[in-house]
Amino acid sequence: MSTDPLDGVEEGPAWWDHEAGPVVRPYMVTGGRVRPTTVDFDLITYLVATATLAADTPSPEHQAILALTQEPRAVAEVASRVDLPLGVVRVLLCDLLSDGLISRYDPPATDHLPNVETLQAVIHGLRAL
Amino acid sequence: MDSVRSDTAPVPQALKILVAGGFGAGKTTLVGAVSEIAPLRTEEVLTTAGVGTDDTTGVATKTTTTVAMDFGRITINPSLVLYLFGTPGQNRFWFLWDELATGALGAVVLADTRRLADSFAAIDYFEQRNTPFVIAVNCFDNDQRYTAEQVREALDVDGHVPVLLTDARDRMSVKNVLITLVEHVLTMVRSSVPA
Ligand SMILES: Nc1nc2c(ncn2[C@@H]2O[C@H](COP(=O)(O)OP(=O)(O)O)[C@@H](O)[C@H]2O)c(=O)[nH]1
Ligand SMILES: [Mg+2]
Repeated sequence: MSTDPLDGVEEGPAWWDHEAGPVVRPYMVTGGRVRPTTVDFDLITYLVATATLAADTPSPEHQAILALTQEPRAVAEVASRVDLPLGVVRVLLCDLLSDGLISRYDPPATDHLPNVETLQAVIHGLRAL
Repeated sequence: MDSVRSDTAPVPQALKILVAGGFGAGKTTLVGAVSEIAPLRTEEVLTTAGVGTDDTTGVATKTTTTVAMDFGRITINPSLVLYLFGTPGQNRFWFLWDELATGALGAVVLADTRRLADSFAAIDYFEQRNTPFVIAVNCFDNDQRYTAEQVREALDVDGHVPVLLTDARDRMSVKNVLITLVEHVLTMVRSSVPA
C-alpha cells in the first residue's frame, strides 16, 4: 500500500472517449502549431522522400517520416506508422515539403470517378485475390 | 523538379473505399478480412476550445480528442493500390466523413439487421453526396432472418443500389462485396454522359 499523499489525486490524462481513445495533447511535436483540418494532404496522397536523412533534419519525427518515405507511402500509412495524429503529421509534412526533402503525389481530382480501364483493373485485381 | 529518383519504386495510383455503418456493425472486421496488412489505425485530432491551464507555464492549452480510423490496403497491381477506410461510427465526427469521402471511389454501408436504423445516417450521407455505395447486410446470426430484398425495403434505398448479404469475417464474402461495389461504380461511369 502506498502512502503517497497524491494517491487518488487525478493526474495525467484521465479523459477517455469511449470511441476515440485517450484525450491527448499532441502539439508538443509541432511546437504548438495547429492547422485547420483542411483537406490539404489527402489520406491517400503519396509521399516520397527526395533526400536521405540529413544531419540537420529538424526533429526525430521529421526523420522518422523521411525514413518511412524512402519508399512511396500514403499519408495515412505514414501517420499510422509514426504513431502521430494526422493533424500533427500534416504539419510535419509541410515542413518537409518546404525544405524540399519530400515530394507529394496527389490522387486525381476529387469530383471524377476513375475511368473505365482503372475500374476494370480493380475488378480484375479483386477477383484474383 | 519533383521527379522520382530512379532507384525509387514508382508511385502507384491510390483509390479509396469507405466502410461505414454503426458501432459494432463489423467495419474493422471487414477491412481486416481483405487487407494485405493488419488493419492500421490512424488518428485525427479534434481540437476543442482551451480548457484548463498548463501547470508549468500558465499558458492556456488546447484540449484535444482523438478519433480513430482503421484502414487496410489491397495492392491491385504495382501501379494501383486500393485503401479501405472504416469511418468513425459516431455522428459527431461527420466532418471527418467529409474528408474521407472526398475523392472516394465508393462506399460499403454495413447494415446489422438487429439495428438497421444505425445505417440510416450513412445511407443518407452517401445519397446526398452522390457517392456510389452498396449495402452489405452483415449476417451476425447466420440464421438469415431477412432477405436482401426485405432489407432493401426496410432501408428504402433506390432500386439500383446493390444490397447483398455478407459475412464481414469471410474474405470471399467481402471480396464479393467490393467487386459488387466497383461494378456498380463502373455502371454509373458508363451510363454517365461524357462531357
Ligand atoms: N457473427 C459475426 N460476428 C461479426 C461479424 N462481423 C463482425 N463481427 C464481430 O462483431 C464485433 C464488432 O465488429 P467490429 O468489426 O469491431 O465492428 P466496428 O465497430 O464496425 O468496427 C467483433 O467482435 C467482430 O468479431 C459477422 O459477420 N458475423
Ligand atoms: Mg471498428
